[in-house]
Amino acid sequence: MSKYFNLRLGKTQLLINKKSFTVILTLLLLTVAMVITSLGFGQMKVNPVEVVKAIFGYGTDMNQLVVNHFRMPRILLAILAGAGLAMSGAILQGIIRNPLASPDIIGITAGAALTTVGFLAVFSDRSNALSVSIQWLPLASLVGAVLMGVFVYLLATTRNGVQPIKLVLIGVGLSAAVQAVTTMVMTFGPIYTAAKANIWLTGSLNATNWTEIGIITPWILGLVVLIFFYTSQLNMQELGDDLATNAGARVQRDRLVLLILATALAGGSVAFAGGIGFVGLMAPHIARRLVGSVYGALLPVSALIGGLIVLLADLIARTAFDPLVVPAGVFTSLIGAPYFIYLLFKTRK
Amino acid sequence: MLTKTSTRVFGLFIGLILVSLLVWASIVLGLTKITTQMVIDSFTDFDQSNEHYIIQDARIPRALIAAAVGSSLAIAGAIMQGLTKNPLASPSIFGVNAGASFFVVLGVSFFGVTSITGFTWLAFAGAAIAAVVVYMLGSVGTDGLTPVKLTLAGAAIAALFSSMTQGILTLDERALDQVLFWLAGAVQGRDLELLNGVLPYFIVGWVVSLFIGKKMNVLTMGEDVAVGLGQKTWLVKVIGAVVIVLLAGGSVAIAGPIGFVGLIIPHVARWFVGYDYRWLIPYSALLGAILLISADIGARYIIMPAEVPIGVMTAFIGAPFFIYIARRGINE
Repeated sequence: MSKYFNLRLGKTQLLINKKSFTVILTLLLLTVAMVITSLGFGQMKVNPVEVVKAIFGYGTDMNQLVVNHFRMPRILLAILAGAGLAMSGAILQGIIRNPLASPDIIGITAGAALTTVGFLAVFSDRSNALSVSIQWLPLASLVGAVLMGVFVYLLATTRNGVQPIKLVLIGVGLSAAVQAVTTMVMTFGPIYTAAKANIWLTGSLNATNWTEIGIITPWILGLVVLIFFYTSQLNMQELGDDLATNAGARVQRDRLVLLILATALAGGSVAFAGGIGFVGLMAPHIARRLVGSVYGALLPVSALIGGLIVLLADLIARTAFDPLVVPAGVFTSLIGAPYFIYLLFKTRK
Repeated sequence: MLTKTSTRVFGLFIGLILVSLLVWASIVLGLTKITTQMVIDSFTDFDQSNEHYIIQDARIPRALIAAAVGSSLAIAGAIMQGLTKNPLASPSIFGVNAGASFFVVLGVSFFGVTSITGFTWLAFAGAAIAAVVVYMLGSVGTDGLTPVKLTLAGAAIAALFSSMTQGILTLDERALDQVLFWLAGAVQGRDLELLNGVLPYFIVGWVVSLFIGKKMNVLTMGEDVAVGLGQKTWLVKVIGAVVIVLLAGGSVAIAGPIGFVGLIIPHVARWFVGYDYRWLIPYSALLGAILLISADIGARYIIMPAEVPIGVMTAFIGAPFFIYIARRGINE
């Protein structure tokens, strides 16, 4: 028995690892099951059969309103944001070649946080209402994430190109500084801004609507297509600079492109979902354990796991403390941090 | 670098004079004009005027708190860098500040803690837990305690604590209002009482830190060498850790998390006296006080009449410094 399915389409041939294929299929089914369960839970409970009916437009009006209008957008956002952060983390761990790298730790999330809080403070008038449309908020976060990525990259550049370790250290230092500025903006802004900003900072999917899904979906999917073309370069990065150069890879150029892709993914995700922590760290690790570290399989598996984690966190966040709605980010951190500790102990062997 | 013992002692003397001058400047400078005569009068002949109240209740406390917190953070940073052999080690990068903040916010929000002693002990507990966890996390693995692992573990733990802090604050807006300014790090608007509550722990930390210099020198030559020379390395590490927790935790309890002082100052002190911890620690203490008092004075003038939180000031000074060290290479 071969380990691979051999897929021939005319001249092109695809080898698909059977194990990865099974894992991806299982995760997909799990995601669908989770989506249906999550759609049914909340202040109004809907049983799974009714949920499926409502999705396809055959349910009662009430069910259709709750399922399709209120719950579906935030569930889709959970999956997309989780997948985006997870893939971003997987890419960063590849280029930095350190299992502890992730978009929140190297400061991309902190950059987005600063511009988001700044946006809320600058465009709030005396009566605490926003003077411009809240629709611009995601753009502000995205700009912050990208600027931060660029800064960290430029500052980490030395004569010998970018050393992964410097990338991560400078990210950590810069994000500490940026966080201080964020706190300052929150202190000077009105308390309404502070409360609103705090919710964003922790990461919450509350009150997502279809317009937002309409913006984030093409963004994430477009990036996924681009990354698809870069998986082999990503595998090269894992070899280390010398080996990859000898194998003919343009290490520094690829590193820049991949960093931009990772930043764009994380930026797009946090723009809509807020600073949900630890997903970018956790998901790629779980994925690596399941399918190994070949990126062709690792990226889709990470994405699915990331989506599942955020979906689960959001489900707990909106149901466990009813009627209080806790930001989902609290739960990803609560699961993420112990996992992180376990991970460090595990690598001792 | 100052090599001769006499010049080093002289340097300490100059440092002390500078600190006193800055304390005086911190009392006199600011939005309300104060003269030296008024300061003297406020002690000898208190006339209940606005100026006298400002001197006694605002300016003097903040000057003394800035001095005490600045030296404490700097000493904690110096000892941390020595124990971990990591030039980037400091209370803020290590998550010690974030741990202490989380515990204080938890206490305020869930257990209604309002007393100074409550704050102090919570901050100590948070600082200790964060320090121990980060140290353990950073030292697991076959290659032992590497600077990168330590920094990453610190960043992750800091991220965990701050996300939990934010989580609590989203649920409790009253607490948010109370602790937000404290979270940014500030030395003004604090009573002298606060300093007095923490002072005993500070004094223990300062005194002990002055006496472990020699042991630190041996330890920084390497674990094996130190053991070979008959040192109980674990004892030195434990004492060092206790001092770090007392000084960093106490600072957070008074002034909130103020970053980067513990990172920059030991490096600056090294320009003066090199790697000899017997001198490095007192120099760090004086330089830390000088930095924080100056930053506090500067914070009054940037957006007058409002003030920049001092934690933001130190971040602005510290971040470029951090990047400089990280770029130069951490293994040198």
